[in-house]
Amino acid sequence: MPTVDLATTSLRELNELLHKQGAGTNETQWEILNPKGRHAVAVGVDAPLNIDIKGPVGYYVAGMNKHANIVVHGSAGPGAAENMMSGKVVVKGDVSQYAGATGRGGLLVVEGNASSRCGISMKGIDIVVKGNIGHMSAFMAQTGNLVVFGDAGDALGDSIYEARLFVRGSVKSLGADCVEKEMRDEHLDLVDNILQRSGLNGVKPKDFRRYGSSRKLYNFNIDNADAY
Amino acid sequence: MCGIVGLFIKDASLEPKLGQLTSTMLATMCERGPDSAGFAVYGPATKGRAKITLQSPDPDRDFAGLTAPISKAIGAEVSLERKSTHGVLSVPAGKVDAAREALRTGHPHLRIMSSGDVIEIFKEVGYPTQVASRFDLSKMQGSHAIGHTRMATESAVTTMGAHPFSTGPDQCLVHNGSLSNHHNLRRDLIHDGMSFETENDTEVAAAYISWRMKQGLNLGEALQKSLEDLDGFFTFVVGTKNGFGVLRDPIACKPAVMAETNQYVAFGSEYRALAGLPGIDAARVWEPEPATVYFWER
Repeated sequence: MPTVDLATTSLRELNELLHKQGAGTNETQWEILNPKGRHAVAVGVDAPLNIDIKGPVGYYVAGMNKHANIVVHGSAGPGAAENMMSGKVVVKGDVSQYAGATGRGGLLVVEGNASSRCGISMKGIDIVVKGNIGHMSAFMAQTGNLVVFGDAGDALGDSIYEARLFVRGSVKSLGADCVEKEMRDEHLDLVDNILQRSGLNGVKPKDFRRYGSSRKLYNFNIDNADAY
Repeated sequence: MCGIVGLFIKDASLEPKLGQLTSTMLATMCERGPDSAGFAVYGPATKGRAKITLQSPDPDRDFAGLTAPISKAIGAEVSLERKSTHGVLSVPAGKVDAAREALRTGHPHLRIMSSGDVIEIFKEVGYPTQVASRFDLSKMQGSHAIGHTRMATESAVTTMGAHPFSTGPDQCLVHNGSLSNHHNLRRDLIHDGMSFETENDTEVAAAYISWRMKQGLNLGEALQKSLEDLDGFFTFVVGTKNGFGVLRDPIACKPAVMAETNQYVAFGSEYRALAGLPGIDAARVWEPEPATVYFWER
């Protein structure tokens, strides 16, 4: 199993090594030591690797991830798993702003809290947060699912399109055009499926409330000008 | 972008390492602000004495023979410890205003960086690690320190435009962000008797806090009030003689991470600024909430 120590190996070397791995590589287990808050750790991976990052990371960890299963054993800075395409990213600690932003696929699991703008402009990613999320989360979220065990901050789902938001705790306020919606059987199944894939247990799909777009702002209507 | 670091020591046994730890933290933030840097160090007090930190563009000329005329003007003994382009003038505690006036009238080339019982501020244009080493930051001791690496946005890259800004005794403020109503606020503050050395937006924020504290508010209350009156993006870290505060605007775009142990409270624009602190693996690490005042005192 390759072990890369960032105390002695440069970040560029690490990412080059990871980028060299193709779909059929035998080196599927990777361990990264001493990240110490560095930026862009394991960014742009495009192979089915299992990568364990042993410690806190800075900006953009696992950004643009494709196929890889990346676990951060610590907290992550802004932009964790930004624009992820597929695969799975697990952060054992907290994440900072805009986790999972613009993600197009895959699953991001945050075992701690996420701060502001979690899932901003998400485009197909599934995000599960075991703790709370901050203000302006799922702003302009387009598709995908955000599942939050804890509470959501101000302006959840502002200007949301078709993403589905499931929150178990309180929501401080809803953003423009975001409304609470009925939790139907298909949504219970969906949440159940996401929870199973996330590996986070101990909660029931029926404990979540669903939020989504009221679709009033899809087309400009002068009568709705105040809502923008 | 700008980078901020701050360290507020709770356990006095760590005080001898204040400068060394702050210097290491500051070095990690070079990439966030490579044009200039500065730091405030709250060092040991000397009974009955206060400090005025001065900067000169021509220190050989300005610092030689400075003490005699100042002593004469204020009628008391003063001494000067020179550090590169800066000098720390020691004056009797009750003579700070008189000494500042003597400096202003008799030595207009000198810039006053700070004054107070314990604060010293050093700041210059240049790469942050070089700025820190020319002032021997790593050898300084004290109870708390705040450092800043600047990426200039709101005013020119000059020594006076670097942070921290000090607009009251033992007070200082550093800022990551930009304020949008600083012109109007400056006008109001000037009307109320505050004075300014630069065109910088951060100096307005510092002066605003000093102005509120002059009205009798404590630092926590002054920071709370600033949420009503300051418009723009900001993460502030402020220092007082025995206090350390943090505030982010309600949008909170500008990054901030904090860590607390039994020994210290630390602030960094990014986690990597905190990564070298003792016991960081067991520290409580969190991101300060928007529009929420955090404040410690000892």
